Amino acid sequence: MTKQKLTEAKSAYLFLLPLIVGLGYFYFYAFIQNFYFSFTDLSSFGKPSLVGLENYKKLLTDEKFYLAFKNTLIYVLIGVPSVLIFSTLSAEFLNQNIKGNTFFRTALFIPAVTMPAAIGILWRWLYNYQFGIINVLLNRVGIESIAWLSNTNLVKGSISIVLVWSMSAIYTIIILSGLQGIPKSYYEAAEIDGANKFQIFFKVTLPLLTPTLFFVAVMTTIGIFQIFDLIFLMIQPTALSLRYSMSMVYYFYDRAFVAFDKGYASAISIILFLMILLITVVQLKLQKKWVYEE
Amino acid sequence: MKLINKRKVSKWVYLYLILGVSITILPFIWMFLTSIKTYEQAIAIPPILFPKTFHFENYVKIMDKFPFITLYLNTIIVIVFVVIGQLIISSMAAYAFARLYFPGKNILFLLVLSLMMIPSQIFLIPHYNIMISLKSINTIRALILPSLFNAFGVFLLRQFFYEIPKSLDEAATIDGASYFVIYKRILLPLLQPGLVSLSIITALNTWKSLMWPLIVNRDMDKMTLSAGLGLLIGEHTTYYEQVMAGGVVSVFPMLIIFLIFQKYIIQGIANSGIKN
Repeated sequence: MTKQKLTEAKSAYLFLLPLIVGLGYFYFYAFIQNFYFSFTDLSSFGKPSLVGLENYKKLLTDEKFYLAFKNTLIYVLIGVPSVLIFSTLSAEFLNQNIKGNTFFRTALFIPAVTMPAAIGILWRWLYNYQFGIINVLLNRVGIESIAWLSNTNLVKGSISIVLVWSMSAIYTIIILSGLQGIPKSYYEAAEIDGANKFQIFFKVTLPLLTPTLFFVAVMTTIGIFQIFDLIFLMIQPTALSLRYSMSMVYYFYDRAFVAFDKGYASAISIILFLMILLITVVQLKLQKKWVYEE
Repeated sequence: MKLINKRKVSKWVYLYLILGVSITILPFIWMFLTSIKTYEQAIAIPPILFPKTFHFENYVKIMDKFPFITLYLNTIIVIVFVVIGQLIISSMAAYAFARLYFPGKNILFLLVLSLMMIPSQIFLIPHYNIMISLKSINTIRALILPSLFNAFGVFLLRQFFYEIPKSLDEAATIDGASYFVIYKRILLPLLQPGLVSLSIITALNTWKSLMWPLIVNRDMDKMTLSAGLGLLIGEHTTYYEQVMAGGVVSVFPMLIIFLIFQKYIIQGIANSGIKN
């Protein structure tokens, strides 16, 4: 018996070996290394030396970091509710008995398989001040051209539009499969009781969908906290509007791999990690308040 | 059930869906239309919807300037290695976590799970240093190595293992099968939906990945399509019709794959949500 248990444990460790070695080296060791770097003046050359809490102190007075932090929060505050609303509406409507269901479904899901670089190329063209189709159409109806990507007040909104446009597809798929998991009998019972469409949606569908919506809320929050691609692809490094659109991850990338101030960049990444951790813990705590359990 | 089928779908539902679909696909159609115009036609005001003659030479021009074939090949190589590597490594580990007993199991699993909470940027500077020490800067393997090990894959496949009845393992054990035989011969074939799901999610993530290739590789011929295209945007922004042709070349092959394997891709993405 004990011998059998020993073989089982031995086999288990063998099965786990590649994963443990890989995760250990590339992730656990890397995590500790990054944490250590945040207390050093690591740049691209030479050996790093310890500087204590210097990097973190610098963060407190760094105006650019403050802006990046604020911008990121705004992306999250606009993006998460928008993605939730659009994905839920799309999923709910696709789940109805509509004509041309396959066409609508396929068309709505296309952004889910499109790479950010292509999305960036496409939207920069649509947003183009002089020749972009959006401004041309606005001019037609008597509205003046809008500097979508260079107006410092609008740039976050313009990027958020593309963000929501590109993110909603995946979450529509996930919410749709959540909807399909709701037993039909609930709807039948509600209909027999004479509930109308709105009552059914708000009293039956939404409560039963809350576990999925909770998952989507957590995933989109974490995802948008790490927004980088669209800003990198749509805003020129020299543009004035960069200050008003760059995110924490953009600033991290800029410090680490453009300015080569890697010790400082490590500190930024640690703060990002702590922020995401904090928000996820808060969301988990709030979960009990609104997520319906059977 | 009948009641629901009889329920009329409101006009507003169609209006929403038609608007939604327009906002989703019109930009892509506009991208294609721009790509077959001349420069003058592309920037004409009022805009020209359909050019009288199609100027496919934009595609030739952008293919000359920009190594699409190399980039596609690199992307395919990276995706194939990362997907196969992850399938093997994650499914082996998931089997141990789902089916075997060993000391330290819970702690180890918690450690793996905790990795899913950490934003990937934390690892980038150390990964870059690791690639220096492995002499792998500016290589294709630098794009593969860190992605072979994925906590999410282990978590996802473990859930799929739980759906396979344990009586199968027990019967095989009585017949004297080893753990490896049980894993490979009996469970892996039944794990197929999970493996497909993980492959699709991993392939899509690799397809879209932008920052790591930009950091670790310098030369265009060592880039993936995503990162190469990202660099292209900075360089040739003025020739909109050529850039749009580049956009079309990078969107349409994947679009066709999506149309063919739609069922699996959607199911794969959906599974990643449900199983959590």
